[in-house]
Amino acid sequence: MSDLLIIGAGPAGLSAAIAAAEEGLSVTVIDEFPKAGGRLLGQLHQEPNGEWWNGIQKGEQLSQRAHQLGVTIQCEVSVYDISQSKNGWEVYTTRGEYKAEKLLLATGATESPIPVKGWTLPGVMTIGAAQIMGNVHRVKPGNSCIIIGANVLSMAIANELKLCGVNVKEIIIPKADITSNEAGNPEQVLSSLMRLTHLAPTPILRQLGKIGKMVHPKIAIRLFPKKGIRMFDIPLRLKTAALEIVGDRFATGVRTVNIKANGEIDHTSEKVVDADFVCIAGGLTPLSELASIIGCSFKYIPELGGHVPVHNEQMQTNIPGLYVAGNITGIESAKVAMAQGRVAGLAIAADITNDWEQMETSINKAIENVNITRDKALIQFHPGISDARKKFYQKSEVNLTQISKIKKREA
Amino acid sequence: MTMRVECHPVLGNLENQRRITIYYDDQAYQAYEGDTIASAMMAEGVKTLRYHEVSGKGRGVYCNIGHCFECRVCVNEEKIVRACLTPVSEGMRIHSLS
Repeated sequence: MSDLLIIGAGPAGLSAAIAAAEEGLSVTVIDEFPKAGGRLLGQLHQEPNGEWWNGIQKGEQLSQRAHQLGVTIQCEVSVYDISQSKNGWEVYTTRGEYKAEKLLLATGATESPIPVKGWTLPGVMTIGAAQIMGNVHRVKPGNSCIIIGANVLSMAIANELKLCGVNVKEIIIPKADITSNEAGNPEQVLSSLMRLTHLAPTPILRQLGKIGKMVHPKIAIRLFPKKGIRMFDIPLRLKTAALEIVGDRFATGVRTVNIKANGEIDHTSEKVVDADFVCIAGGLTPLSELASIIGCSFKYIPELGGHVPVHNEQMQTNIPGLYVAGNITGIESAKVAMAQGRVAGLAIAADITNDWEQMETSINKAIENVNITRDKALIQFHPGISDARKKFYQKSEVNLTQISKIKKREA
Repeated sequence: MTMRVECHPVLGNLENQRRITIYYDDQAYQAYEGDTIASAMMAEGVKTLRYHEVSGKGRGVYCNIGHCFECRVCVNEEKIVRACLTPVSEGMRIHSLS
């Protein structure tokens, strides 16, 4: 039995493990991927100062630090059920049962699918799948590719694929329909790119961000060239839509068509563009199944990427002894996830020792660091994250810290 | 045909990889130690990992991190696993499902 079991060995889970172990807790971290690091694995982009953010290295550093502190990290463990008992938590996995007094869910995010016709063909994968294949496993899924879905994630990974030697032929958008929603509307795609990119990791994205402050997206999309603009020498074509992915036994290309600023299709322009593989980039949403099976309350917050477990700034959920950190609480950068992990680790230490007063200063400092990291984040997945978070935490019904403080004073 | 990214301008070069042999549908393939079944097969240019139970159409790696279950295969004739989460081992016998 550990003091703390963490599900997810990504930036949030490992940072929480480190913070909790530094406070003397016995910590076990489990993850179903063969390597620790979570979505840090694969991340590779240039910071404004020119330095590379190498997620694989970051993940290794966090794992090493955790090991030094005596944290047990076990990979290739999949959780299929969780129950709460008087003494804490029982977690049922493919490698047997784990017991712990406190439980932290740091399961991260999952990619939202855009079911473009032909998407089940072998050779069609999510943009994140191609990223892991190239950067982590060091295998190209093919020599050439087309990316369907223009967002901050697909643009960053397009460049990573190029560094792996893949010819990224173009980034286009899905045809407007009931499943693609905003991702299939050129004006809304451009508008979200322009809003998101003031700090973005590429000069062209930053330029778009600057233009966005001066020109309304309605006008900007009319001026947006049919041929697209080039980013890292990859054409970004917001006026080209994917009608279907073609191929008999596996994907061999995409049937595309020109569209107008309002999404109207010019059928005369239909053509097939060949590619060895096709990536679908539908954006990220919190991966919260385990919080559901526990019975945690949820709230739908579009700015955070979907349904998130109800929690407070100390990362406590409405279920006593259950904590969350990282992308399960909303889609943000790995740096924010790391900062949130530290908060959770400290809060859990305070919870176990029931000494919130002694920990209060360090927890508040860690919370402040989350806010600072969020404001400085290079990639902001949604422009309204900070405000949405503030509102969410103000209205949050989870106030366990206060409750336990009052209890302690009463005692 | 190998699809390995042996050289990378930022991540550096692959060096001293230990080669092992695995079998997919009774055919031998070279893999690197540390590969998942999914990455090993993709490096060899094999994209189809199973066939849909009803339509018979091919399926391959979709999410590559265990969420979608599209890449499930049978290992050593006993266990159904997700190819993207399962490391290869010397002599491993993998069969496609149909």
